[in-house]
Amino acid sequence: MPHEFAIEFRNVAYRADGSRELLHGLSFSVQRGETLVLLGKSGSGKTTTLKLINSLASPSQGDVLVDGRSTREWDVIRLRRMIGYVIQEVGLFPHFTVERNIALVPKIENWPSERIQERVRELLSLVGLEPQLAVRHPRELSGGQKQRVGVARALAADPPILLMDEPFGALDPITRAEMQKEFAALQKRLNKTVVFVTHDLREALLLATRIALMEDGRLVAIQTPQEFLKSKEPFTRAYVEAFGTDLLSRGES
Amino acid sequence: MNLWQFMMQNRLEVVELTLEHLWLVGISTLIAVVIGVPLGIMITRWPALNRPILGGANVIQTIPSLALFGFLLPAPWFGERADRMAIFALTLYALLPLIRNTYAGIKGVDPAVVEAGRGMGMTDSQLLFQVQLPLALGVIIAGIRVATVISVGLATIAAAIGAGGLGEYIFRGLAMVSNQVILAGAIPAAILALLADFGFGLLEKSLTPKS
Repeated sequence: MPHEFAIEFRNVAYRADGSRELLHGLSFSVQRGETLVLLGKSGSGKTTTLKLINSLASPSQGDVLVDGRSTREWDVIRLRRMIGYVIQEVGLFPHFTVERNIALVPKIENWPSERIQERVRELLSLVGLEPQLAVRHPRELSGGQKQRVGVARALAADPPILLMDEPFGALDPITRAEMQKEFAALQKRLNKTVVFVTHDLREALLLATRIALMEDGRLVAIQTPQEFLKSKEPFTRAYVEAFGTDLLSRGES
Repeated sequence: MNLWQFMMQNRLEVVELTLEHLWLVGISTLIAVVIGVPLGIMITRWPALNRPILGGANVIQTIPSLALFGFLLPAPWFGERADRMAIFALTLYALLPLIRNTYAGIKGVDPAVVEAGRGMGMTDSQLLFQVQLPLALGVIIAGIRVATVISVGLATIAAAIGAGGLGEYIFRGLAMVSNQVILAGAIPAAILALLADFGFGLLEKSLTPKS
């Protein structure tokens, strides 16, 4: 029976070897099918929080539960293969074609090759790329196309959870807006559990089911976009004001 | 008698010495690749081994080659045959560029690429063989290129302990005070070095992934 929460943090602290504590007493849960946006300034601990979920970092205290089981008990390779991972730098393999990049996880999971080919075609159309692009190398793609391939690669083995670390942060504003809209639509169809890191409040408002605001390694509050805009909590208020007063009026309406 | 006439008259010997030279260089470089590339990979995984291994290879480079051949003469198995000694010594000298370039090549792979691979659940060996080594290949070949070119030059000194190769002519020419005989060894050795440099250069270029 699937566990109630897809992801759960129980009083988690994180300390990199021999340095100061970067995350303190994090407790929250992510429901199945929701998009939780981790919002915060640079250095607030968003990315580290994300890496605790796919075990690229390990908590120094407390437990991170995925599907009800602590990441300490998961076989780390199995855990990561059921979690899609998209990063700002994309990290496509430059020596692989688009097709092989997307097929990465299905291939190491030994899917039959016809099924892989079919899946690659399906994903290219899902992320809005022409099928002819399959044979290109990443260097022959634009920034937006690369990140589409990055998203397709993360979705390849149909993982129930998707982690996204500022995936659209390096794109030009027009491409970024386009990708945000498309991703919002895609998420409605796919119904994955998504944890999305950004420092951009507008992006958070567009995509989030709930927004978790982080400040200095702590969780300030978790609220829906509506609640976020109306909040009187000082850090939340400051964040909203920094992004412009037009957002304030949206919260009041 | 000019140089050309000398080489024509002794062409069988020139060919034989050239082949001997190639044998010394080829075998020692091959052994150095077999040892050096895994060592280079090892020090990317266990950083604690970095200093002792690179330091050791560095120290070897500082031993004058003639002295190293001398040290090996009384060694039990190596001392019995000159070509064993020469191959052993040339292998030692080739290790440093191979270890260093393998290490630098793997470390030079874009960290985002490695993180993406690891984050999607590639095992260490999948990451190494499917991502890191293919992307480091150009740099590793550059190391083989440097090692080979150095080795072609060093191998001429192997003649001092009777291991043969084109150094025979050089030492013979020195003894006879004959420039022609020296050049009959030096020129083919220089050509070998240039060819090796050119050939590995092409290979390096074709195997370096474009980005």
